[in-house]
Amino acid sequence: MDADKVFKALGDPTRRMLLDLLCEKNGQTLGQLCENLDMARQSATQHLGILEAANLVSTVWRGREKLHFINPVPLHEVYERWVRKFERQRLSLLHDLKKELEGE
Amino acid sequence: MSKEKTSFVYVTYIRSTPEKVFEAIMKPEIARRYWGHENVSDWKPGSTWEHVRTNEQRTVHVVGKVVEVAPPTRLVITWASASQAADPSSYSRVSFDVAAYEDMVRLTVTHDELEAGSGMAKSIQQGWPIVLSSLKSLLETGQGIDVFAKPKAA
Repeated sequence: MDADKVFKALGDPTRRMLLDLLCEKNGQTLGQLCENLDMARQSATQHLGILEAANLVSTVWRGREKLHFINPVPLHEVYERWVRKFERQRLSLLHDLKKELEGE
Repeated sequence: MSKEKTSFVYVTYIRSTPEKVFEAIMKPEIARRYWGHENVSDWKPGSTWEHVRTNEQRTVHVVGKVVEVAPPTRLVITWASASQAADPSSYSRVSFDVAAYEDMVRLTVTHDELEAGSGMAKSIQQGWPIVLSSLKSLLETGQGIDVFAKPKAA
């Protein structure tokens, strides 16, 4: 919903690592995520908070456990806005170049 | 012995109303505009529903039962590939939860009871982010995105 938050959240290797860990196994607790990171629970909690604020991670309570799920929807929106658009432009450049070279 | 299950939770914020989000899921004439499919059912608990491709063939891709209907806040359905409809163990579950969030709507799609590593688990992981982006785009701008778009070959 807020592209600034998404880019800021992605601009940190630990947070990208957290997303990779969730991509491998979705729905992990803080404890499970910390096992794979050389990091105190407190700073992992902060990183997860930033990811959650950017809507890249969503959380669900199951009993007393808080499970973290990767939410790729904002990534898809970034892709639509920031990748597809330039792919189209690049393709049309190639198309123009081909026309030029082939002397159509 | 039961197979390992996996679940996914997708969240999107949409500048719209809960009623419109529900309509967009349940009404074929709206769903076809952002999903390329229609969800066809009488939407009564226990009824069947079908996920039908919007084309001439009208292929049924997904089938299931309506578990819970409480518009405009919650809808729960079961979900199986039409080709595996006879196999009870192939059914997973999809819950749509809609809540007002400031001037927006928070839509949470929870897809659980999925067999880990199955073809269905793989295809829904690709599908939901695209469908939800397209739904958001339709409700906010009046235009969906092409959900069948493929990456361009290099």
